[in-house]
Amino acid sequence: MDTTTHQILHILERDARTAPTDIAAMVGVDEDEVRRIIRECEEKRIIRKYKTVVDWERAGEEGVLAFIDVRVSPAREVGFDDVAGRIYRYPEVLAVYLVSGGYDLQVVVRGPNLQEVAMFVAEKLATIDRVVSTTTHFLLRRYKEDGEILVEQEEDRRLAVTP
Amino acid sequence: MGRKSRISEVVNNIPPSGIRRFFDIVSQMEDVISLGVGEPDFVTPWRIREAAIYSIERGYTQYTSNWGLLELRQEVARLLDRRYGVEYRPEGEVLITVGVSEGLDLALRAILNPGDEVLIPEPCYVSYRPCTLFAGGVPVPIGSTAENGFRVSVDALEAAITPRTRAVLINFPNNPTGATLRRSDLQRVAELAERHDLIVLSDEIYSELTYDSKHVSFASLPGMQDRTILFNGFSKAFAMTGWRIAYAAGPSDLIGAMTKIHQYTMLAAPIMSQKAALEACRSGEGDMEAMVQQYDERRRMFVKGLNEIGLECLLPEGAFYAFPSIRNTGLTCEEFAEQLLREERVAVVPGTAFGEGGEGHVRCSYASSLNDLREALTRMERFVGRRLKNSPAATASISG
Repeated sequence: MDTTTHQILHILERDARTAPTDIAAMVGVDEDEVRRIIRECEEKRIIRKYKTVVDWERAGEEGVLAFIDVRVSPAREVGFDDVAGRIYRYPEVLAVYLVSGGYDLQVVVRGPNLQEVAMFVAEKLATIDRVVSTTTHFLLRRYKEDGEILVEQEEDRRLAVTP
Repeated sequence: MGRKSRISEVVNNIPPSGIRRFFDIVSQMEDVISLGVGEPDFVTPWRIREAAIYSIERGYTQYTSNWGLLELRQEVARLLDRRYGVEYRPEGEVLITVGVSEGLDLALRAILNPGDEVLIPEPCYVSYRPCTLFAGGVPVPIGSTAENGFRVSVDALEAAITPRTRAVLINFPNNPTGATLRRSDLQRVAELAERHDLIVLSDEIYSELTYDSKHVSFASLPGMQDRTILFNGFSKAFAMTGWRIAYAAGPSDLIGAMTKIHQYTMLAAPIMSQKAALEACRSGEGDMEAMVQQYDERRRMFVKGLNEIGLECLLPEGAFYAFPSIRNTGLTCEEFAEQLLREERVAVVPGTAFGEGGEGHVRCSYASSLNDLREALTRMERFVGRRLKNSPAATASISG
């Protein structure tokens, strides 16, 4: 990938609403070229989509998030893919990863409360064929997400005018 | 009257800092976007902070060698070689100082006899003139202009040389103009230094913030290492201003003389800052490059914005300052800065704070978030729009 494209992607990753005219100035190419590069990245699905990062807690919405370690006995031909597919189709499942280490699938589930998530795990995940075990970790506090530190604001402590 | 001043004449005669006065006004106002800050808006990268914390936990709280930790001098020598292709011996040719400010003070005191002259291209950093005076020297300001990109005029330097000229003090990339010098420009300064047997004090604190080309260290020019004291440090490249940690590198007789003063006045730079600097040398380059990339993006966006609102500005090639002309507003730079602050709450620094040659310009630091820079441009556009409408030049062109 050329450096201009790389740079544009980084700018959009920091702030998806950065205007093409600003991006053009920032990377030193004209605006049409910026629009062309963005369109091309969208077409190639390098840019998957534009989303908003919402702090639901601050918005007053209740809800819980859980990380579930799932151990699976793999099957010939399909490995873990079929089990993963049974899991990721549920809308309450936000993410499914195949990972190395002590368990196989890491599943992120969002639900309205502890009971609902626990029931989902017990009834839907644990009962899938070849799921050997599940361990549920409820999220207690977010410190950093998507590269952004959430718990503290690093304020600008500089003096207002310095040489 | 009648009572003899308790303050020395040298100190008494130095005018109060123009920046200080401005700072006092700004600090009494709210909702100010300050483009007057001469330091990075990033906090020191965590790996560097963490290394310093760890060193304190392990009890590194003592004096170090006057020269600074040997380990750090070795890393500095490696860094200078790696990034600028200049080779220094860690023993005898590198001194760890408390900021480049201390290094410059030491150098001026080490080389000047009373009345010796130092050529100082302006606009320049605010401390060059006072430090020369404190050291008993005579600062000789050499003007440069926007028309020649604020590069040093070698002809003007040459014309100012007298039998008392000892040194020339250059700073590229430059605070406040953001100008850099190409190898060919530096070559001409080198020839002049050779011709007149001058010492070159080269403050290269902004060297890593060079955008369109690669920084050329003055000491890397053929034959120049023996007459150059190279000053650099960690403040700007690694966002470490508050650590007060820097270094000077040069021929052993000059560095030795500086160390003689340093050992009696400073003893040594703080060990925790030296430990932090060590980590910066070893593993800070990735963090640094990410910051430089962001400065570069803001630079292009902000300078384009300045030109669009009617403040003509060269694209600065280094540091994190834009130095636009404000002449078409019909205001002096002091008036511009003060009125902009009171009417639109944007702080910039009047160009004259950096020498008389800075009249007609203001210094805007773009070491601020993109959002703040955008908002500052919006406010400045309103301000400039009002001035352009009222200025005699604009009216004349409309009626004529």
